[in-house]
Amino acid sequence: MDLTNEDVADILALLDSLPYDELDLQTTRFRLTLRRTRDGWTQSAQVLAGAGGTGAGGAGAGGAGAGGAGAGGAGAGGAGAGGAGAGGAGAGGAGAGEVGEAAGLVAVRAPLPGTFYRAPRPGAEPFVEVGSRVGPDTVVGIVETMKLMNSVYSGADGTVAEICLANAEFAAQGVALMRIRPGP
Amino acid sequence: MIVRRLLIANRGEIAVRVIRTCRRLGIETVLAVSDTDAGSVPAALADRTVRIGPAGAAQSYLNVDAVVAAALATRADAIHPGYGFLSENPRLAQACEAAGIVFVGPGSEVLEAAGDKLAARGHAVAAGLPVLPGGLVDPADAEGVRALAGRIGYPVLVKAVGGGGGRGLRVVGDPGQLGDAMAMASAEADAAFGDPRVYLERYVTAARHVEVQLLGDGRNVIHLGDRDCSVQRRYQKVVEEAPAPLLGETLRVSMRAAAVALGQHLKYQGAGTVELLVDQGSEEFYFLEVNARIQVEHPVTEMITGVDLVAEQIAIAEGRGLRLSQAGVRFSGHAIEVRINAEDPAAGFRPSPGTVTGAVFSAGPGIRVDTHLQAGSAVPPQYDSLLAKLIVTGADRAGALVRLRGALARCRIEGVATNLGLLAAVADDEEFATGGVDTGYLERWLAPRSEEAGWPGGEPLLVRDEKIGDTRG
Repeated sequence: MDLTNEDVADILALLDSLPYDELDLQTTRFRLTLRRTRDGWTQSAQVLAGAGGTGAGGAGAGGAGAGGAGAGGAGAGGAGAGGAGAGGAGAGGAGAGEVGEAAGLVAVRAPLPGTFYRAPRPGAEPFVEVGSRVGPDTVVGIVETMKLMNSVYSGADGTVAEICLANAEFAAQGVALMRIRPGP
Repeated sequence: MIVRRLLIANRGEIAVRVIRTCRRLGIETVLAVSDTDAGSVPAALADRTVRIGPAGAAQSYLNVDAVVAAALATRADAIHPGYGFLSENPRLAQACEAAGIVFVGPGSEVLEAAGDKLAARGHAVAAGLPVLPGGLVDPADAEGVRALAGRIGYPVLVKAVGGGGGRGLRVVGDPGQLGDAMAMASAEADAAFGDPRVYLERYVTAARHVEVQLLGDGRNVIHLGDRDCSVQRRYQKVVEEAPAPLLGETLRVSMRAAAVALGQHLKYQGAGTVELLVDQGSEEFYFLEVNARIQVEHPVTEMITGVDLVAEQIAIAEGRGLRLSQAGVRFSGHAIEVRINAEDPAAGFRPSPGTVTGAVFSAGPGIRVDTHLQAGSAVPPQYDSLLAKLIVTGADRAGALVRLRGALARCRIEGVATNLGLLAAVADDEEFATGGVDTGYLERWLAPRSEEAGWPGGEPLLVRDEKIGDTRG
């Protein structure tokens, strides 16, 4: 990661003539593993420096990049995961959903983790409000995941009983976005 | 003006890419990060990071005020916007100018000219470039619409003036569908872009997407050759290569000259790309649009020219002028880039955010990997799905293709779904190997395979394009 592609190519040119199948290069800042396979070389890298700016608030506060703390080191990967709230599982949401279902309501869940929108565009009328009549194919919202806008369908016949998330709020996968009271 | 400390207003692989060049040039880097990206690999590689807001891009990477404030607070003397986000937003260029910060990119007038599709078309015409027959229409004037469509010839393409990235496009096959299509396209455009203006253009059934890389310093403009980006899915590029294969030499020369002429007309400053459409039937080319920024696929140009485009961007922004002459640009070999995305082709290309638990890439001569990922990296749902770019170079296209197949086979990404299998299949495909495929190639290739495998097609998904200024999220 910290070496350029040219650096890696230079190292490999050296290794090619040597009887080694693996090189594990580690500095205080990074670790690079090069492996010879039947078909050619592979690389995997790990930047070891503590994440710059973690926990820093506001402009101007960034941390030094070269903080070489041992954390994040050799193996199994928790390093640099940061990203609280990213790609989270929807466990909490599912639990909340069960309460709703106990009351005879059907939850409309986020098909993917992403940002929930109640309207087709900023400033536009929401797709539905509490009390709106919906059919299974009624679009009740949008979840934006990785820049893709996914329509969310009601999935049930009935009326909107509850809208659980505010517009532009983050929705974990499977979380209840709204609840539908089934019926005519 | 020498840039000593550069703020990078972007994330992901392009942030790593810019940091690399800065490190080589001895420029200190400050990376603007959202809360979600504070623990990212680019954040660890940058000399400093500065928080600009929460995960949602509207409050962070698309927030002009936050980015400029971050640059001022960290005393950065320049801002590199990367691609996407604010890279083509005239407001950032203006704000930089007002704050005495160097913007690594063209001035706001050029960004405005390039951002409005009709304005860009007008500039292309003025510079002598061929454009597809067409023009602005009033959807309410049914007579006028039908008359223009008749003159253009069917099928016609209805395009949103404010559109981009494939949004707001509609193909109309016959006059009977025209009225409805116009009304819907205009309503859609209004909803998506806040601009109901639509225009008609001739639809080219079999077309290639070929683009020309420019560098300009406001006085002189040179080209760094062409790229073919015809392998697309839903207007998103998947595979890019340089030079464009199987292009007649006369055509290639005139396309490059046309792009330079447009760059000169715009007094272009910085790195930019002129996108052109090549009609496979007639072998004519037409102007599509100008991308006033570094592009995702810039590495293929770098690999065959040996030019570091980011370094040239910075030198031009410093006011040092073009350091290269046209005669000094030499082309050697053939390069192919594939975009490795967090998406599942077997599930209708459903995006796959999550955490990367393993990331092994190929290495060796002629192989370049541009990525921001390592084991443990988060792939947040708030941003695009690009995980890595694998770029291979060979003495010729056949050599590059052999290298690509081997290099793809050695890539392993765990923890999120990827399109690696699809890329490997395309690299093995005979039609792609022949070269010169049109923009419909990948969708045609996917269609029978999706059916056979019972892949759910999925509903058509809209793709966010930051260029259009959608501030949602």
